[in-house]
Amino acid sequence: MIKPHRNHPLWLAFLLHRLSGVCLALYLPVHFLVLGLAIDETARLGGVLRWSETLPVEMAVMGLVFLLAVHLFGGLRLLVLEFLDWHDRQKSVAAAAVALSFAAAAAFFLQVI
Amino acid sequence: MSQAKEADLHVWRGDGNGGGLVRYAVPLRDSQTVLDAVTWIQRRLEPGLSFRFACRVGMCGTCAMTVNGKPRWTCRTRLKDVVENGRVVIAPLENLPVIKDLACDFSSFFGKWGKAGGRFAATATRLDAVAAIRPDSRRRRLADAGIECINCGVCYSACDVVRWNPAYLGPAALNRSWTLVNDERDGGREKRLRAVAGAGGCHNCHSHQGCATLCPNELNPTLSIAGLKRATALAVLKGEM
Repeated sequence: MIKPHRNHPLWLAFLLHRLSGVCLALYLPVHFLVLGLAIDETARLGGVLRWSETLPVEMAVMGLVFLLAVHLFGGLRLLVLEFLDWHDRQKSVAAAAVALSFAAAAAFFLQVI
Repeated sequence: MSQAKEADLHVWRGDGNGGGLVRYAVPLRDSQTVLDAVTWIQRRLEPGLSFRFACRVGMCGTCAMTVNGKPRWTCRTRLKDVVENGRVVIAPLENLPVIKDLACDFSSFFGKWGKAGGRFAATATRLDAVAAIRPDSRRRRLADAGIECINCGVCYSACDVVRWNPAYLGPAALNRSWTLVNDERDGGREKRLRAVAGAGGCHNCHSHQGCATLCPNELNPTLSIAGLKRATALAVLKGEM
């Protein structure tokens, strides 16, 4: 349960940024492992690629695209906060970052199905 | 409509070695603050209950406590507004060592003011003419936005970065530093920027903005810390640090 002093949208934006970063860090080694199959295990790579075209995996990839987008837009939000003049629309910008991320993930999913 | 006549106040009792919540039944009154209720407990039920207060009107910043998990000024918090199912939990501020019951030791809090360069470095004496500073100048407006801090410790208690890294200077000390960076009469800018750019300095802030969300004076320490991040980055790029 979220502690009362953390119960505000911008702390949740931080949490989302942190969790998406951790998930991407866990995914990246797997990604490179699969890419590495192209060097000397092309048959196994072909199998993985066919598996990746199944619906459950495509849906998982949509989640991955969301994580990537939300980490990217969340990072841009922080750079704007820290290196440009202050604005009072911090919550709106955080909400926009999440909305854009959903849009990016949905666009990816609609493209592949 | 019938209204509850009493509230159960669960007050943290103990010291630096530990403690726990103790329940006290307190009669509810109109316009009664949490500080009034704690004072009522001390006067009627538990004379040994320790807590701090002075002005009782939101001027001095000494009565801050954790109420239902959030740091607040107890003198400006109406008891009826925070009663949840007849119950209120009152604890000392977090991120500060407890002396006894609801009273915390602010030594580290004010020590960090010094570490963050919170002392004004005069460039003139009382024999010089008064500095002419336009109230609408950019730097004066930036300083004005932060100078109403009364050091109640609410932002420090709400800051998760302080919780995770006790060496972090914290929102109040960095806010103070930012007001001096923008004070045209101050001569300690370079030393101060060095102080806030190092370990435990402004770049540790994760911009959770809990300080700005909970500051009873509606100040925005996150804005001040972001300003320090920009100022220190620019100073490095210009070769000033």
